[in-house]
Amino acid sequence: MNETDRKLGPTILKAENISLAFGGVKALTDISFEVKEHEILAIIGPNGAGKSSMLNVINGVYHPNAGSVTYKGNVRQRMKPHEAATQGIARTFQNIALFKGMSVLDNIMTGRTLKMNAGFLAQCLYVGRARNEEIEHRKKVEEIIDFLQIQSIRKTPVGRLPYGLQKRVELGRALAAEPTLLLLDEPMAGMNIEEKEDMSRFILDVNDEFGTTIVLIEHDMGVVMDLSDRIVVLDYGKKIGDGTPSDIRNNKAVIDAYLGVSD
Amino acid sequence: MGFFVEVLLSGLMAGVLYSLVALGFVLIFKASGVFNFAQGAMVLFAALTFVRLLDILKDSFAPITLSLIITIAMMVMLAMAIERLVLRPLVNQPGISLFMATLGIAYFLDGFGQTLWGSDIYTLDIGIPKGSIFILESVFDGGILVAKEDLVATVIAGLLVVTLAIFFQKTRIGRALRAVADDHQAAQSIGIPLNYIWVIVWTVAGLVALVAGVIWGSKLGVQFSLSLIALKALPVLILGGFESVLGAIVGGLIIGAGEKLSEIYIGPYVGGGIEYWFAYMLALGFLMFRPQGLFGEVHIDRV
Amino acid sequence: MFYREAGQFKTSYKADQAVFPIFQDRVFVAIWLLIGFVVVPMLANEYVFRAIFIPVIIMALAAIGLNLLVGYCGQVSLGSGAFMAVGAYAAYNFMIRIPELNPLICFLLGGLSATVVGVIFGIPSLRIKGFYLAVATLALQFFTDWTFSRIDWFTNYTPSGSIAVQPVAVWGFIFDSPIRKYFLCLTVLLIFTIIAKNLVRGRIGRAWMATRDMDVAAEIIGIRPIYAKLSAFAVSSFFIGVAGALWAFVHLGSWEPLAFDINLSFSILFMVIIGGLGSIVGGMLGATFITLLPLFLNQLPIWLGINMSTAMVSHLEYMIFGALIIFFLAVEPLGLARIWQITKEKLRLWPFPH
Repeated sequence: MNETDRKLGPTILKAENISLAFGGVKALTDISFEVKEHEILAIIGPNGAGKSSMLNVINGVYHPNAGSVTYKGNVRQRMKPHEAATQGIARTFQNIALFKGMSVLDNIMTGRTLKMNAGFLAQCLYVGRARNEEIEHRKKVEEIIDFLQIQSIRKTPVGRLPYGLQKRVELGRALAAEPTLLLLDEPMAGMNIEEKEDMSRFILDVNDEFGTTIVLIEHDMGVVMDLSDRIVVLDYGKKIGDGTPSDIRNNKAVIDAYLGVSD
Repeated sequence: MGFFVEVLLSGLMAGVLYSLVALGFVLIFKASGVFNFAQGAMVLFAALTFVRLLDILKDSFAPITLSLIITIAMMVMLAMAIERLVLRPLVNQPGISLFMATLGIAYFLDGFGQTLWGSDIYTLDIGIPKGSIFILESVFDGGILVAKEDLVATVIAGLLVVTLAIFFQKTRIGRALRAVADDHQAAQSIGIPLNYIWVIVWTVAGLVALVAGVIWGSKLGVQFSLSLIALKALPVLILGGFESVLGAIVGGLIIGAGEKLSEIYIGPYVGGGIEYWFAYMLALGFLMFRPQGLFGEVHIDRV
Repeated sequence: MFYREAGQFKTSYKADQAVFPIFQDRVFVAIWLLIGFVVVPMLANEYVFRAIFIPVIIMALAAIGLNLLVGYCGQVSLGSGAFMAVGAYAAYNFMIRIPELNPLICFLLGGLSATVVGVIFGIPSLRIKGFYLAVATLALQFFTDWTFSRIDWFTNYTPSGSIAVQPVAVWGFIFDSPIRKYFLCLTVLLIFTIIAKNLVRGRIGRAWMATRDMDVAAEIIGIRPIYAKLSAFAVSSFFIGVAGALWAFVHLGSWEPLAFDINLSFSILFMVIIGGLGSIVGGMLGATFITLLPLFLNQLPIWLGINMSTAMVSHLEYMIFGALIIFFLAVEPLGLARIWQITKEKLRLWPFPH
């Protein structure tokens, strides 16, 4: 279990009455929840429950048909994904979305794009700020590489890496942006026990050391119960539960819909 | 008014032929995801083969039938060769590589056809009536002047287009083709042989090329410029969508009509010759508003 | 045995981020530069300069430019010939309309004009992808073909529609002999190669590659697609535009609109694909290969002592060219640059098998 006395800040993200439909298919119906600063919130639910769609709404890939998202006190309407990035929202993907043709180092470096501002001419000539900031950001990226223990593969094209390592690199790319809110879409899918343990540790460390707020989707209930401060349960695009892991464990609706009847 | 309709009609009739070439593109793109730049070269190759065979067999008992059969056989062999030598080695390569490969096919066919059959201009006469007639004299003052060969061509092309549409929608092979188009792996997993399907579509595309080549060839003479007809059909594709049979038909008509009308009514003000690019600009402008083409489906990016 | 990085430890990120981190590579590049600037000029004759070196160098510049767009940013363009035409005609017009302008400045202005056109025609790339975009770039090709042949202002009302220019003169120095032209082109190529290399290893290059590999993910990281794509179009068409100006003024000397038709666009695309997508050195290798191949095929019957009509030679050339393209794509889809890279990796281990 988590230490319950951990300091949570004020509400950082608030989703209110979000509804989303593709054509006639309703992906999300009237979903509301809050995320507090420094919190680890897990979104769980069966396949097709609308979990990934919810993350896509938060970082602007999808625009909800109704409802609003309030982030750091600002209500937003139609936001583009790169605007979400500017405001400090980073994420990983269910089906790894790394840049396959680029090396691990370059992939993580792209995470720092928003923090770089050398002019075009300086980049052409690789002088002045362009050169200095490449080196300066390389240092930051190397810290992340050390943190994730992927030093030995930094020059390898990510397309050649095994699945578990790709997931790790993707986390690194998200971390490189030094986000305030990190969205993780099934960070442990397809991993073995050791890899899951490693990944859980990274997530907790990120949360502890950098104070990053984390919203994650995960199917492994053991992991979810261990990691998260709070859990939101979706089923068929509707919210059927919201509370601490122990609340959820005892929630009748959740048990019926998702966990199955316990003996 | 009569003049306008005359221009419009001639544009639409040219458009049917664009539709025909565009259809060749669409068939192949649907079934194998390949943007086949060699469609124009196939038109030239088919027409050259046909016209030269006609010359060789002119003393036989049925020159046209015989030439047609041999040409069709050659197009089938061509499809098999392409499947074996180009598509199979390149399976699972990115689309751009396959596209480049079809450029290679285009170069090869242009060279091969002319090495085999020569590179002069050959007149092709398979009995399509020449000359012009006036139609609709009761509606418009003085009637509307149309070329007989255009009318015949339109009827043939129209029939072929309808046949193909039915073939695609109603027959077993047509359904298999559409299944392959939707998802290669899924189609393979339910036992549709991919290689066989490819040979069929490329053959059909070859036959479409033959018809287009014969119609165009009897109009302009069989010559190298037939190969460039493909370029005329490309705007039809962006207008109609790469994957839509209906789009190819309607797009062809729009492009054909738009091209002729613009040449007559806008051309004189800007120095003429604008049919060279007008179709492209029309299609491009249209794309800005409807990126998926006339009848294409909107794809939602999933992440 | 000799090409090995063992024992070379990098002690700073600066050293690790150098263009050629391995010492042997630096020596190798130095040798190439020596060959290019000293050995070739001493050995080559006029014909070799005119027929081989100058066109290869200019085409390499164009291929590198197109590779930035296609290979690095993933946007397929069939309009390179058009960008070259814009570069050439714009440079020509700047030169005749503002005679006091330095020709080199005119070349750059030609490139900038191509940039403007490139950005305008890059706008559709924000909405359409893949082959739709490829076909859309053909619109530019046909439009420029028409513009430069039908609108006489661009050709300064020359009756034939073709343009002939004097040898380029910069500060009284006239680039009239092949060897001088060679030096001019080689220097330009060198400068632009360095710029290209700097761009692709920095932020902007990563933005391009990220857009190429997965545009949705790139946007979520904060790479604006409009910025990545349009900057790729801008830089690429600048390169190609300058190459066009050089092609017209230095290589051709006199030309007509047909010199920049769709076949040229295809040739440059072939160079990029055969050379290797997403590789600077690939652009150079591809340009060399595609420029030399027809020369070679033309000479072949003569060397073999076969008597052939020119028409036949040209048809066979088409066939062999087409077949080679397919063969190449099937055997090494990643291009000559990949073969080069494999050779280097083998060399690293040689003479040991692993």
